[in-house]
Amino acid sequence: MTTRTENPEATDTLDTSRLLCPLPVYKAAIALGRLQPGQVLKLICTDPGSLADIPAMARQRGDVLVATDAGGDSQIFWIEKGPSS
Amino acid sequence: MTMAVNPAPESAPEAPPRRKRLALVASKGTLDQAYPPLILATTAASLGWEVGIYFTFYGLDILHQDRFEKLRVASLANPAGPIRIPNLLGAVPGATAAATKVMKGWMEKSQMPSLPDFVEMAQGLGVTFFACATTMGVMGVEDTDLIAGCDIAGAAAFLDFAADSDVQLFV
Repeated sequence: MTTRTENPEATDTLDTSRLLCPLPVYKAAIALGRLQPGQVLKLICTDPGSLADIPAMARQRGDVLVATDAGGDSQIFWIEKGPSS
Repeated sequence: MTMAVNPAPESAPEAPPRRKRLALVASKGTLDQAYPPLILATTAASLGWEVGIYFTFYGLDILHQDRFEKLRVASLANPAGPIRIPNLLGAVPGATAAATKVMKGWMEKSQMPSLPDFVEMAQGLGVTFFACATTMGVMGVEDTDLIAGCDIAGAAAFLDFAADSDVQLFV
Protein backbone atom coordinates (compact mmCIF):
# COMPACT_ATOMS: atom_id res chain seq x y z
CA MET A 1 0.00 0.00 0.00
CA THR A 2 1.28 3.39 -0.93
CA THR A 3 0.63 6.66 0.77
CA ARG A 4 0.21 9.68 -1.40
CA THR A 5 2.79 12.24 -0.45
CA GLU A 6 2.19 14.68 -3.28
CA ASN A 7 -0.88 16.61 -4.13
CA PRO A 8 -2.60 15.99 -7.45
CA GLU A 9 -1.20 17.67 -10.51
CA ALA A 10 -3.36 20.60 -11.47
CA THR A 11 -4.14 21.77 -14.98
CA ASP A 12 -5.02 25.25 -13.75
CA THR A 13 -4.65 27.23 -10.52
CA LEU A 14 -7.04 29.88 -9.23
CA ASP A 15 -6.17 32.10 -6.27
CA THR A 16 -9.24 33.66 -4.63
CA SER A 17 -7.42 34.96 -1.56
CA ARG A 18 -9.29 37.74 0.28
CA LEU A 19 -12.44 37.21 -1.82
CA LEU A 20 -15.68 36.38 -0.05
CA CYS A 21 -18.74 34.36 -1.02
CA PRO A 22 -19.96 34.15 -3.74
CA LEU A 23 -16.78 35.06 -5.60
CA PRO A 24 -14.64 31.94 -4.91
CA VAL A 25 -17.46 29.66 -6.13
CA TYR A 26 -18.35 31.99 -9.00
CA LYS A 27 -14.75 32.20 -10.22
CA ALA A 28 -14.09 28.49 -9.63
CA ALA A 29 -17.12 27.57 -11.74
CA ILE A 30 -15.81 29.72 -14.60
CA ALA A 31 -12.34 28.16 -14.28
CA LEU A 32 -13.81 24.64 -14.20
CA GLY A 33 -15.83 25.50 -17.28
CA ARG A 34 -12.58 25.91 -19.19
CA LEU A 35 -11.31 22.44 -18.20
CA GLN A 36 -12.00 19.05 -19.71
CA PRO A 37 -13.55 16.29 -17.59
CA GLY A 38 -10.81 14.63 -15.56
CA GLN A 39 -8.63 17.73 -15.42
CA VAL A 40 -7.91 19.26 -12.03
CA LEU A 41 -8.29 22.83 -10.76
CA LYS A 42 -6.19 23.92 -7.80
CA LEU A 43 -8.25 26.46 -5.89
CA ILE A 44 -6.80 28.68 -3.16
CA CYS A 45 -9.28 30.30 -0.74
CA THR A 46 -9.16 32.42 2.40
CA ASP A 47 -12.94 32.84 2.71
CA PRO A 48 -13.80 31.32 6.10
CA GLY A 49 -16.80 29.64 4.49
CA SER A 50 -14.76 27.83 1.89
CA LEU A 51 -14.22 24.65 3.90
CA ALA A 52 -17.98 24.18 3.80
CA ASP A 53 -18.66 25.81 0.44
CA ILE A 54 -16.15 24.17 -1.85
CA PRO A 55 -17.14 20.55 -1.00
CA ALA A 56 -20.77 21.61 -1.46
CA MET A 57 -19.94 23.19 -4.81
CA ALA A 58 -18.20 20.04 -6.01
CA ARG A 59 -21.12 17.87 -4.90
CA GLN A 60 -23.72 20.08 -6.58
CA ARG A 61 -21.79 20.48 -9.82
CA GLY A 62 -20.82 16.83 -10.10
CA ASP A 63 -17.10 17.48 -9.71
CA VAL A 64 -14.79 15.49 -7.43
CA LEU A 65 -12.90 17.08 -4.56
CA VAL A 66 -9.78 14.95 -4.71
CA ALA A 67 -7.69 16.65 -2.02
CA THR A 68 -7.87 19.44 0.54
CA ASP A 69 -5.07 21.20 2.39
CA ALA A 70 -6.46 23.28 5.24
CA GLY A 71 -3.27 23.38 7.22
CA GLY A 72 -2.06 26.86 6.36
CA ASP A 73 -3.34 30.43 6.31
CA SER A 74 -5.36 29.56 3.24
CA GLN A 75 -7.35 26.51 2.23
CA ILE A 76 -6.30 24.72 -0.92
CA PHE A 77 -8.63 22.45 -2.86
CA TRP A 78 -7.94 20.16 -5.81
CA ILE A 79 -11.13 19.73 -7.80
CA GLU A 80 -11.39 17.24 -10.63
CA LYS A 81 -13.92 18.23 -13.21
CA GLY A 82 -16.71 15.66 -13.41
CA PRO A 83 -17.99 14.01 -16.58
CA SER A 84 -21.14 16.12 -16.79
CA SER A 85 -20.31 19.29 -14.86
CA MET B 1 -24.80 -16.70 -43.89
CA THR B 2 -24.56 -13.19 -42.63
CA MET B 3 -24.03 -12.06 -39.12
CA ALA B 4 -26.95 -10.39 -37.46
CA VAL B 5 -26.29 -6.75 -36.99
CA ASN B 6 -27.49 -5.14 -33.85
CA PRO B 7 -30.30 -2.78 -34.77
CA ALA B 8 -29.68 0.86 -34.10
CA PRO B 9 -31.30 1.94 -30.86
CA GLU B 10 -34.66 3.43 -31.60
CA SER B 11 -34.82 5.66 -28.56
CA ALA B 12 -32.90 8.89 -28.40
CA PRO B 13 -29.84 9.05 -26.17
CA GLU B 14 -30.68 9.37 -22.53
CA ALA B 15 -31.51 12.95 -21.62
CA PRO B 16 -29.14 14.58 -19.12
CA PRO B 17 -30.49 14.73 -15.58
CA ARG B 18 -32.76 17.68 -14.93
CA ARG B 19 -30.92 20.68 -13.52
CA LYS B 20 -31.88 21.83 -10.08
CA ARG B 21 -33.89 25.02 -10.05
CA LEU B 22 -33.94 28.02 -7.69
CA ALA B 23 -36.86 30.46 -7.64
CA LEU B 24 -36.27 33.72 -5.77
CA VAL B 25 -38.49 36.67 -5.01
CA ALA B 26 -36.65 39.98 -4.56
CA SER B 27 -39.09 42.41 -2.95
CA LYS B 28 -36.81 44.97 -1.28
CA GLY B 29 -35.23 48.02 -2.87
CA THR B 30 -32.61 48.96 -0.31
CA LEU B 31 -28.92 48.40 -0.97
CA ASP B 32 -28.44 45.90 1.85
CA GLN B 33 -31.51 43.88 0.92
CA ALA B 34 -30.66 43.79 -2.77
CA TYR B 35 -27.45 41.84 -2.25
CA PRO B 36 -28.77 38.53 -0.82
CA PRO B 37 -30.94 37.48 -3.79
CA LEU B 38 -28.13 38.32 -6.21
CA ILE B 39 -25.54 36.45 -4.13
CA LEU B 40 -27.79 33.40 -3.94
CA ALA B 41 -28.62 33.59 -7.63
CA THR B 42 -25.02 33.85 -8.83
CA THR B 43 -23.99 31.05 -6.48
CA ALA B 44 -26.78 28.70 -7.58
CA ALA B 45 -26.07 29.41 -11.24
CA SER B 46 -22.38 28.68 -10.59
CA LEU B 47 -23.44 25.31 -9.17
CA GLY B 48 -25.11 24.59 -12.48
CA TRP B 49 -28.65 25.32 -11.30
CA GLU B 50 -31.34 27.03 -13.31
CA VAL B 51 -32.25 30.29 -11.57
CA GLY B 52 -35.07 32.80 -11.87
CA ILE B 53 -35.63 35.92 -9.76
CA TYR B 54 -39.00 37.63 -9.57
CA PHE B 55 -38.41 41.33 -8.91
CA THR B 56 -41.50 42.80 -7.35
CA PHE B 57 -42.51 46.00 -5.59
CA TYR B 58 -39.42 47.90 -4.41
CA GLY B 59 -37.26 44.99 -5.56
CA LEU B 60 -37.97 46.11 -9.12
CA ASP B 61 -35.57 49.03 -8.52
CA ILE B 62 -32.75 46.48 -8.80
CA LEU B 63 -33.61 46.22 -12.51
CA HIS B 64 -34.30 49.94 -12.98
CA GLN B 65 -31.46 51.37 -15.02
CA ASP B 66 -31.70 54.82 -13.43
CA ARG B 67 -32.03 53.49 -9.89
CA PHE B 68 -29.99 50.34 -9.46
CA GLU B 69 -26.74 52.25 -8.99
CA LYS B 70 -28.36 54.51 -6.40
CA LEU B 71 -29.99 52.06 -3.98
CA ARG B 72 -29.50 53.18 -0.40
CA VAL B 73 -29.41 51.79 3.10
CA ALA B 74 -32.23 52.87 5.41
CA SER B 75 -30.91 54.86 8.36
CA LEU B 76 -34.31 55.05 10.02
CA ALA B 77 -36.00 52.06 11.67
CA ASN B 78 -32.93 49.96 10.91
CA PRO B 79 -31.31 49.22 14.27
CA ALA B 80 -28.84 46.82 12.64
CA GLY B 81 -27.75 49.39 10.07
CA PRO B 82 -24.17 50.38 9.38
CA ILE B 83 -24.27 53.51 11.55
CA ARG B 84 -25.47 52.95 15.09
CA ILE B 85 -27.29 56.12 16.01
CA PRO B 86 -30.46 56.81 17.96
CA ASN B 87 -33.52 56.23 15.81
CA LEU B 88 -34.52 59.88 15.89
CA LEU B 89 -31.19 60.91 14.37
CA GLY B 90 -31.76 58.44 11.56
CA ALA B 91 -34.31 60.90 10.21
CA VAL B 92 -31.96 63.87 9.92
CA PRO B 93 -30.92 64.94 6.43
CA GLY B 94 -27.81 63.11 5.30
CA ALA B 95 -28.23 60.10 7.60
CA THR B 96 -29.38 57.78 4.81
CA ALA B 97 -26.52 58.95 2.60
CA ALA B 98 -24.07 58.36 5.45
CA ALA B 99 -25.36 54.84 6.12
CA THR B 100 -25.18 54.08 2.42
CA LYS B 101 -21.64 55.40 2.19
CA VAL B 102 -20.53 53.24 5.10
CA MET B 103 -21.99 50.08 3.58
CA LYS B 104 -20.52 50.83 0.15
CA GLY B 105 -17.18 51.31 1.88
CA TRP B 106 -17.49 47.91 3.54
CA MET B 107 -18.31 46.27 0.24
CA GLU B 108 -15.43 47.94 -1.56
CA LYS B 109 -12.95 47.04 1.17
CA SER B 110 -14.10 43.42 0.99
CA GLN B 111 -13.73 43.44 -2.80
CA MET B 112 -17.41 42.63 -3.18
CA PRO B 113 -18.87 43.50 -6.58
CA SER B 114 -21.24 46.45 -6.83
CA LEU B 115 -24.93 45.77 -7.41
CA PRO B 116 -24.73 46.58 -11.13
CA ASP B 117 -21.76 44.19 -11.33
CA PHE B 118 -23.81 41.46 -9.62
CA VAL B 119 -26.69 42.05 -12.02
CA GLU B 120 -24.29 41.65 -14.94
CA MET B 121 -22.73 38.51 -13.39
CA ALA B 122 -26.17 36.96 -12.91
CA GLN B 123 -27.21 37.75 -16.47
CA GLY B 124 -23.95 36.33 -17.75
CA LEU B 125 -24.75 33.08 -15.98
CA GLY B 126 -28.16 32.90 -17.61
CA VAL B 127 -30.27 33.86 -14.59
CA THR B 128 -33.81 34.77 -15.66
CA PHE B 129 -35.01 38.16 -14.45
CA PHE B 130 -38.78 38.36 -14.11
CA ALA B 131 -39.96 41.98 -13.86
CA CYS B 132 -43.30 42.15 -12.05
CA ALA B 133 -45.85 43.58 -14.46
CA THR B 134 -48.15 44.73 -11.67
CA THR B 135 -45.35 46.70 -10.00
CA MET B 136 -44.60 48.34 -13.33
CA GLY B 137 -48.24 49.37 -13.68
CA VAL B 138 -48.64 50.54 -10.09
CA MET B 139 -45.37 52.45 -9.93
CA GLY B 140 -45.35 53.78 -13.47
CA VAL B 141 -42.27 51.88 -14.64
CA GLU B 142 -41.96 51.41 -18.40
CA ASP B 143 -40.14 48.50 -20.01
CA THR B 144 -37.63 51.04 -21.38
CA ASP B 145 -36.80 51.99 -17.77
CA LEU B 146 -35.51 48.48 -17.10
CA ILE B 147 -32.14 47.04 -17.98
CA ALA B 148 -32.09 44.89 -21.12
CA GLY B 149 -32.98 41.24 -20.92
CA CYS B 150 -35.85 41.24 -18.41
CA ASP B 151 -38.94 39.09 -18.84
CA ILE B 152 -42.02 41.12 -17.99
CA ALA B 153 -44.36 38.73 -16.22
CA GLY B 154 -47.11 38.41 -13.68
CA ALA B 155 -47.41 36.13 -10.70
CA ALA B 156 -48.79 33.21 -12.71
CA ALA B 157 -45.74 33.07 -14.98
CA PHE B 158 -43.38 33.17 -12.02
CA LEU B 159 -45.34 30.53 -10.12
CA ASP B 160 -45.27 28.35 -13.22
CA PHE B 161 -41.46 28.59 -13.07
CA ALA B 162 -41.39 28.16 -9.29
CA ALA B 163 -43.71 25.15 -9.30
CA ASP B 164 -40.97 23.03 -10.86
CA SER B 165 -38.20 24.42 -8.66
CA ASP B 166 -36.28 22.68 -5.91
CA VAL B 167 -35.69 25.75 -3.73
CA GLN B 168 -37.92 28.80 -3.35
CA LEU B 169 -36.96 31.82 -1.28
CA PHE B 170 -38.57 35.17 -0.59
CA VAL B 171 -36.21 38.04 0.14
